[in-house]
Amino acid sequence: MLEEHLKKKLQSIVGQENYQDSKTSLLSYSYDATPGFQSFPDAVISPRNKHEVADIVKLCNQHKIPIVPRGSGTNLSAGTTPLYGGIVLLMKHFNKILEIDEENLTVRTQPGVITQTLIEAVEEKGFFYPPDPSSMKISQIGGNINENSGGLRGLKYGVTRDYVMGLEVVLPNGEIIKTGGKLAKDVAGYDLTRLLVGSEGTLGIVTEATLKLIPKPETKKTMLVLYQNLDAAAKSVSAIIANRIIPATLEFLDQPTLKAVEDFAQIGLPTDVKAVLIIEQDGPIEIVEQDMDRIAKICKENQAIEVTLAKSSEDAEALTTARRAALSALARLRPTTILEDATVPRSEIAKMVSAIEEIARRNQVTICTFGHAGDGNLHPTCLTDIRDKQEMERVEKAFEEIFHKAIELGGTITGEHGVGAMKLPYLHLKVGEAGIDLMRNIKLAFDPNSIMNPGKVFTDINRKRVVVQK
Amino acid sequence: MKTAERERIAQGFKEKMDYDQILNCMRCGFCLPSCPTYIESGMDESQSPRGRIAMMKAVVDGEMEPDEDVKRSLDLCLGCRACEPVCPSGVKYGHLLEQARDIINQNKKQSLPEKAVRGIVFNNLFPHQNRMVAATNLLGFYQRSGLQKVARKSGIMNFFPESLSTMEKVLPSVPTKKELKNRPNHLPALKRQKKKVAFFSGCLMDTMFMKTNDATMKLLQYAGCEIVIPDTQNCCGALHGHSGEREKSKEMAKRNIQAFEDVGADYIITNAGGCGAFLVDYDYLLKDDINWSERAKEFSAKIKDITSILVELDFANENLTLDEQIVTYQDSCHLKNGQKTFMEPRKLLQSINGVTYVEMKDASRCCGSAGIYNIVESEMSMEILDYKMDQAKKTRAKTIVTANPGCLLQMKLGIEREGLSGTMRAVHIVDFLLEAYEKDHR
Repeated sequence: MLEEHLKKKLQSIVGQENYQDSKTSLLSYSYDATPGFQSFPDAVISPRNKHEVADIVKLCNQHKIPIVPRGSGTNLSAGTTPLYGGIVLLMKHFNKILEIDEENLTVRTQPGVITQTLIEAVEEKGFFYPPDPSSMKISQIGGNINENSGGLRGLKYGVTRDYVMGLEVVLPNGEIIKTGGKLAKDVAGYDLTRLLVGSEGTLGIVTEATLKLIPKPETKKTMLVLYQNLDAAAKSVSAIIANRIIPATLEFLDQPTLKAVEDFAQIGLPTDVKAVLIIEQDGPIEIVEQDMDRIAKICKENQAIEVTLAKSSEDAEALTTARRAALSALARLRPTTILEDATVPRSEIAKMVSAIEEIARRNQVTICTFGHAGDGNLHPTCLTDIRDKQEMERVEKAFEEIFHKAIELGGTITGEHGVGAMKLPYLHLKVGEAGIDLMRNIKLAFDPNSIMNPGKVFTDINRKRVVVQK
Repeated sequence: MKTAERERIAQGFKEKMDYDQILNCMRCGFCLPSCPTYIESGMDESQSPRGRIAMMKAVVDGEMEPDEDVKRSLDLCLGCRACEPVCPSGVKYGHLLEQARDIINQNKKQSLPEKAVRGIVFNNLFPHQNRMVAATNLLGFYQRSGLQKVARKSGIMNFFPESLSTMEKVLPSVPTKKELKNRPNHLPALKRQKKKVAFFSGCLMDTMFMKTNDATMKLLQYAGCEIVIPDTQNCCGALHGHSGEREKSKEMAKRNIQAFEDVGADYIITNAGGCGAFLVDYDYLLKDDINWSERAKEFSAKIKDITSILVELDFANENLTLDEQIVTYQDSCHLKNGQKTFMEPRKLLQSINGVTYVEMKDASRCCGSAGIYNIVESEMSMEILDYKMDQAKKTRAKTIVTANPGCLLQMKLGIEREGLSGTMRAVHIVDFLLEAYEKDHR
């Protein structure tokens, strides 16, 4: 609990109705979608505008109270778990799309808008905002920006970072700055926009964003390809790209994932094959058809046992929706599900997939793998039980080996979930100690008192992961 | 709440909550956009399925006490179970909610008037069909007299919110004493017989909504069903199960299983989504009772909604006709989320000549009726209803069709509140279908 005089001051900033500190409220914001992490905040505050955000930040900076900005709490790296208590800052009042600029192809939005709402709003006007994390039905744009979320369409269209053109940010000292803008070209000083995207709430609080739009592709086709061995699927991926085709989506699911997804979605996915690829292409109809024909041919040349084109847009939608549910569907199988997102250059996919299989076998743990094969972003997902201490140790060991393998293949420890608290002990593998030092110095330049989302990305290196914090 | 009460409830959570089911929730948050109370509360996580499960877990883990706020959050849940079909982990939220409410109710000290009302409703009224008949007769009397004033003076009306006075306007005119007495227990098929079915007549459906029950049986006859209506059946027990009176609901379940098990029917037909979802779940309710678990399984496997059997028997091709009109459909939460029946009603409506079917936005979102929720949680219920009516109005529908008595009354209430009673009507799907059938077959 915050001291009474601080509570009073915060209440006078946001109004009593926007200040919650009942036990149920604190509990409800003590977690996100990351298993094994939970920690109570001292208060949950919902500011109504950027000036209130600035006032809150100033007060917290003065009293060194941690602030954790939070959207819908769907992230998978414990990025919004308030590890050191303090304030959870909800952006629920920042829920308006401010402007769709048809001349400059931009949308100006507040951070609390639901990703899908934004996507639908721009599509209604014939535009396209591609970043589509699996949680898009409930995730907020602000969360996507802070985590630099990816999604299924990343291969062809890139990730959130590629669409953020400008930001309005409240800095930890209470100053409000604007970065970038509706500009295709802008080299005035450091690119703070890029620095802030994916900074996991450790540098400031996003209060507005200008996002890039592109014209909506005319058509889209979806294809399901079946394989009797993993390697053939992985080789098809490399062959498609090598043939100069870039599909909009190129998703991979292994057999255990397939079974779990089918059990949930019941759309007639085959469960007797070793792997499937879900491939989408969009664009002008002639090109889409031509690409899909060529992709089908390439897959067959690479031992695909069956290639099926979705007959209707409903069938296609069912396939991609089922894929989005993969993670949670796997959660049916065991009490605890731990999802990682080790990522490698796409040419190394086959090696990574078989390495994961081997690591799982050696450590006697169950790991299912699915993911965005086209961009090398895999989701090895471990099914376990957090109550089983011995198994959890083996799980940790397996993941550590997976991270090392990914780095060895020229990859990274996290492709799209962020470091948060979960992958903090492994950041050095990717960026090195010197890299961490530099990041820490940048952080201190923004936030000398370390009030912004403390305990995330690189502090507290020795903390063991997968530990429940009370 | 007193400390002793909280301790008893906490102990109950530790002993009785299904902890594996709680752990099955991986907190992905996919349930959030489906939850009416999360949306209406302005995205308050403590009013969401994920938040409520987190509370249950925290109480079991001893991390928090089951205080008034926890109870409040659980009370405010509609129990619509819209979170279940969208939950990729397959968490049985409805079961968790029932367990939690049961534990709280069994260990919480109730105020004297609350206790009295609960006692009358749960023990003395719903389990006894003859008393339901008597109560309906009373309602008939009430409808024709100024009894309301008396009721208000006695103080009992303090339990009821303002919406009740509007609700009272939209109650159907109830059947007379004589009609209520002469209920059939066997009816032949009126066409080449295709199935033998048993009809679950329900407590409210067979009294207040008797005409809808009659229509249901006629449709079944027209569709080629021989119908058995066992007279030893009783209320399904859903109201009890959802209100923390689990033991009572088990008794009622057993009586129903007994009533239906020897009639040799292919299916047991229901026409109320709320009852159907509870009946289909008897196997879960009685899973720990070795004498009953198998019998309950057989019973549950036979439950079928009227719309589902009509589609199966190809009733859509029976040349159904009505005057030109736009029609929209409000899902019954429990028919959709509990019985997975949602395409069938739409298919039937779309097959009627003259009907233009327009789907309303968020048709599957709860209307706020939710058993007695619209009476005990009137404020939230009316907010949810306002949203629903906005969507219904946008379809320009003349008729809102529903498949459950609670939803039907709530829709009627919505129409009344919007002042649309001249231009819009709400009707149960079987009444609507019978109208459409008889127009051309008379």
